Amino acid sequence: MAEFLAMGGYAFYVWSAWAICVLVLAANCVFIALINAKAVRLVHARHQK
Amino acid sequence: MRMPDWFTNLGAPGTFYKFAGRLIPWLAGLAALSFVIGAYGGLVLAPPDYQQGDGYRIIFIHVPAAWMSMFIYVLMAFWGALVLIWRAKIAAALMVSAATLGASFTAITLATGSLWGKPMWGTWWAWDARLTSELVLLFLYIGFIAMQQALPARPQSRRAGAVLLLVGVVNIPIIHYSVQWWNTLHQPATITKFGAPSIAFEMLWPLLVMAISFMAFFAAACLWRTRAELLLNEVHSRWTYQLTNG
Repeated sequence: MAEFLAMGGYAFYVWSAWAICVLVLAANCVFIALINAKAVRLVHARHQK
Repeated sequence: MRMPDWFTNLGAPGTFYKFAGRLIPWLAGLAALSFVIGAYGGLVLAPPDYQQGDGYRIIFIHVPAAWMSMFIYVLMAFWGALVLIWRAKIAAALMVSAATLGASFTAITLATGSLWGKPMWGTWWAWDARLTSELVLLFLYIGFIAMQQALPARPQSRRAGAVLLLVGVVNIPIIHYSVQWWNTLHQPATITKFGAPSIAFEMLWPLLVMAISFMAFFAAACLWRTRAELLLNEVHSRWTYQLTNG
């Protein structure tokens, strides 16, 4: 396991790259979820009037 | 110019909203499953490179992200053309929704490329033709997003954005062929349309699976964002009223 995590001495570069990728994609999901929630709230508010 | 009937039907925002809602869970599932398989294949099963050792494993996110950065831009330009020719509402919503995703994939490409470049080339960044043209692509995405945020009139801002996208398409072949046209630090294409790929099958399949994952993620996220965009644009319409009141 330690050998796998060490990535042949390139651990910092490999894991940082994968972490950046996962974080950016996850941030997109959060961002879109927030926009959707806002849009749904707005539509409900308009049609409740 | 008249649109085909199937396109017109799907072009109704209410119909598209429901269609997208049905498609998103399947696409998200495909994206998650193929990401797990691709990551396992790339990080565990694929053998180390004979020159770069395990450092090359960045390829499994860097290359699919680079493909997506260019593909999304071309797709946005196509939607931009539909906006200019037919003033299609769905195309406008898709075009705007794809922008942040395209910018994200471009940023991932640049960041992971930089992290790969440091141990292999000895530098985080070089003003190489491939790297610079990819950076220009990021600026085009940011310019488009900023334009959409800055201009208040929606139909006009969409058309202005569409023009920017169509003009910026010229950068895509520059990115793609930069490694052939100029003597660059960046390596030539590993996988091409013509001829066999210069990569072992054990490394190729996780790369392609990751590409499927990124494509499915983009499709799901873009449709999800488009649904929000349609709700915001059509807040006064009958279909949104029916949506909230059964």
